[in-house]
Amino acid sequence: MKRRSRKQEVLPETSEWSLASIERYHEEIARVAANFGLDTYPVQVEIITSEQMMDAYASVGMPVNYHHWSFGKQFLATEKGYKRGQMGLAYEIVINSNPCIAYLMEENTLPMQALVIAHAAYGHNSFFKGNYLFQMWTNADAIIDYLLFARNYIAQCEERYGEDEVELLLDSCHALMNLGVDRYRRPQKLSLAKEKMRQQEREEYLQSQVNELWRTLPRSEIREEHEPRRKFPAEPEENLLYFIEKHAPLLEPWQREVVRIVRKISQYFFPQRQTQVMNEGWATYWHYTILNQLYDEGLLADGFMLEFLQSHTNVVLQPAYNQPWYNGINPYALGFAMWQDIRRICEDPTDEDRAWFPDIAGSDWRETFDFAMRSFKDESFIAQYLSPRLMREFRLFAVIDDEREDKLRVSAIHDDSGYQRVREIMSEQYNLGSREPNIQVWNVDLRGDRSITLRYQPYRGRPLADSAEEVMKHFARLWGFTVRLEKINDTGEVELLQETRIEKRRGNSDYPGF
Amino acid sequence: MVRIIDRRFDSKKKSAVNRQRFLRRFKKQIRRAVNDAINGRSIRDLDNGEEVSIPSRDLSEPHFQHGRGGIWEKVFSGNDQFATGDRINRPPQGGGGGGGGGKASNEGEGEDDFVFHLSREEFLDIFFDDLELPNLVRTQLARITDFKSQRAGYSTDGSPANINIVRSMRGALGRRLAIGSPFAARLRELQRELDELISEKGEDDEDVRALQEEIARVRARIEAIPFIDSFDLRYNNRIRVPEPSTQAVMFCVMDVSGSMDEQKKSTAKRFFMLLYLFLTRTYEHIDVVFIRHHTIAKEVDEEEFFHSRESGGTVVSSALTMMRDIIRDRYAGGSWNIYGAQASDGDNWDNDSPICGEVLATQVLPFCQYFAYIEITPGEPQNLWREYEKLIGTHKNFAMQNIEEPAQIYPVFRELFKKSFS
Repeated sequence: MKRRSRKQEVLPETSEWSLASIERYHEEIARVAANFGLDTYPVQVEIITSEQMMDAYASVGMPVNYHHWSFGKQFLATEKGYKRGQMGLAYEIVINSNPCIAYLMEENTLPMQALVIAHAAYGHNSFFKGNYLFQMWTNADAIIDYLLFARNYIAQCEERYGEDEVELLLDSCHALMNLGVDRYRRPQKLSLAKEKMRQQEREEYLQSQVNELWRTLPRSEIREEHEPRRKFPAEPEENLLYFIEKHAPLLEPWQREVVRIVRKISQYFFPQRQTQVMNEGWATYWHYTILNQLYDEGLLADGFMLEFLQSHTNVVLQPAYNQPWYNGINPYALGFAMWQDIRRICEDPTDEDRAWFPDIAGSDWRETFDFAMRSFKDESFIAQYLSPRLMREFRLFAVIDDEREDKLRVSAIHDDSGYQRVREIMSEQYNLGSREPNIQVWNVDLRGDRSITLRYQPYRGRPLADSAEEVMKHFARLWGFTVRLEKINDTGEVELLQETRIEKRRGNSDYPGF
Repeated sequence: MVRIIDRRFDSKKKSAVNRQRFLRRFKKQIRRAVNDAINGRSIRDLDNGEEVSIPSRDLSEPHFQHGRGGIWEKVFSGNDQFATGDRINRPPQGGGGGGGGGKASNEGEGEDDFVFHLSREEFLDIFFDDLELPNLVRTQLARITDFKSQRAGYSTDGSPANINIVRSMRGALGRRLAIGSPFAARLRELQRELDELISEKGEDDEDVRALQEEIARVRARIEAIPFIDSFDLRYNNRIRVPEPSTQAVMFCVMDVSGSMDEQKKSTAKRFFMLLYLFLTRTYEHIDVVFIRHHTIAKEVDEEEFFHSRESGGTVVSSALTMMRDIIRDRYAGGSWNIYGAQASDGDNWDNDSPICGEVLATQVLPFCQYFAYIEITPGEPQNLWREYEKLIGTHKNFAMQNIEEPAQIYPVFRELFKKSFS
């Protein structure tokens, strides 16, 4: 790298940080980020200790959360790993809130702090603000308030109904958490005031509503015969927690509210699970670009740059499949490379690029970046922008493992005939829909024993893991009556996988509303 | 504009609650692990907390996941040898690398144990969970050392730090109303007169001016009422209330005679170490008296009790009479809860055992809340055991247990001090 003449003094180059030096760095980083046109929420930088970092880890990265043993387990595991030096803590946790909260750990050196500010407070931050999934599914203004509400509500429930009762309920909800998200409908935004006000109403309304499931009045015989057997729900429901919140016959109002809280929080994390490559790549790209820009302006010392580059290189390392530390595709590496590649295609396209990406080859890179960042998730981002050149660089190849064959087969590699296929498979790998089992509520036996049937639609013949049995027990606990899990075979036949009966109805639960 | 907030000094131990929840949830498993731990190490080490491991199967959080089987097609990086259509042998399960790699994780829970570190506090909490000194009587005692500060309404004086603003302002408001009300009434009256006068005679009349002056004077009086007066101030009042505390003394009586070999002595010491730990941890104010004996008894300090080596013949009654004397000298008058724990191999000088039973029954037990005897012997009960057995029926506050091997120390200890005893 060539350096221009120093028109300004370099920023502090000690490795010890101070609040003043962090502020200096932030000022410059913010300036460069704005010049690049990054649109962000206001930034709030919080300095924390390693222990607080572990706290944050334990409560899934959120600054407030309700209490549950599983978070304690997470904390103990993190603490053990950290204290023994088996793992370092991630150098950043950033919260999709407004203002955007970025944590800096006190043990980090000044260059690391600057790296984190650029990475989290500007990279991730702008992604949170711009990406359509986050726009659609999360509300950065209200999340902290909502979490506060959730924690207080659950604490109240614990006081009133006992910790054990609440804990069991949360266990069950957590088991279904991944299937507690709406994928296509737009949920209502969370807001503390509205939530509080409506929570009461909802409680009363839900419980008073004459639910089909609670109907105990005999119907007239004649009508019954003529009425066709109705399926409930009319359409299969993919959001299991939603279905439970609205329709589980025996839940008390507070239990429904707890189910709702878990569901809402799960929904909040839904975009993050789908934008790993894009988001991490984006943030990595920007910390790299911003800090290099500062260096070119003569603001960064050489020592700073070396430390930063070393750390950066570690982050974007992609080991080969046959190396012992290979652990799948590194989202930081892939994402970073893809963003860099997009910029290259914009600025310096080859003929191949022109053929593959006629739309963006030679376009303004900042506009293209902005569009790509806003409009995609991992799955579509890869399907759209993974270039042949990058596949060659990563030497990507796809392997098919079919249990009916005794050998694995290489289905495509980084060559002309394979680019499309490799890209498709890569994209599919990040498709939540195929990564997680597709299980939906199929039917509730309204007339009979109120049992509920779930249907599993296998993806490429993959069976469910054994854990399904445990999960179904949790589901049964929430539903309160017999639960069944069916599987639809390739031929369209339905096969009963499992049935969990609830032997005894809880003694104290009268039918509410009657 | 950036906000930089230094959070290092606030909200420490945020996960403490979650950690407690975790420990509570898996108490059974953890207790088992703690139980195992005690067998493997000296009790002194207990002070350092403990690595505890429980099977991770027990604390799994199940989710719906794909299992092994079906078709998996995945992309890998770093192709160095493959062309499309190549066939590769399935790698052995669990071996990383090639084609099937990454699938093992789909199976979810490994069989490894979940290992974590319990702090000393947590470890001892679980260790002594549900244990207590039986029959501890909480009485108002002569020597009260504890005071508790407690709110007691409001007072008219105190230190500025204790000013109760709401009360003070409320008082000030009332005072201003009360003192000002005659003037306020007068003011309203004058104002009315003035209005009438003005409508009758116009602005410039002499009477009008006089009235206006009067009004100004009354206004001044009202304004002269101080907004807040030292008279209004109210202070939060706190009083010190004596807190009745419990006085208790524990006698640890250990046999160090020649027949107690090193093994038995160490077992006895470990038992007392456990007892000592339990007492100092659970009860803040408790006296511990250490008595060791062979043919003669000697009161010693903690250090000597646990660490000195000395031996000789055995006259158990010497220790019991010493205990009796100490009770008479120092802990008489019924204001003390007195406990005793005695460890011996039961091998006593034959003629002495009946004396022991006698002394214990008539001169020690009547003063004791609880007296526990443990006999450390691998074989048949010795003569002291048989002598003491006679006391069981007649004295509810006496218990005895036999320890054959070190592993039994903890269970026996729990048996002697479990909470249900009453």
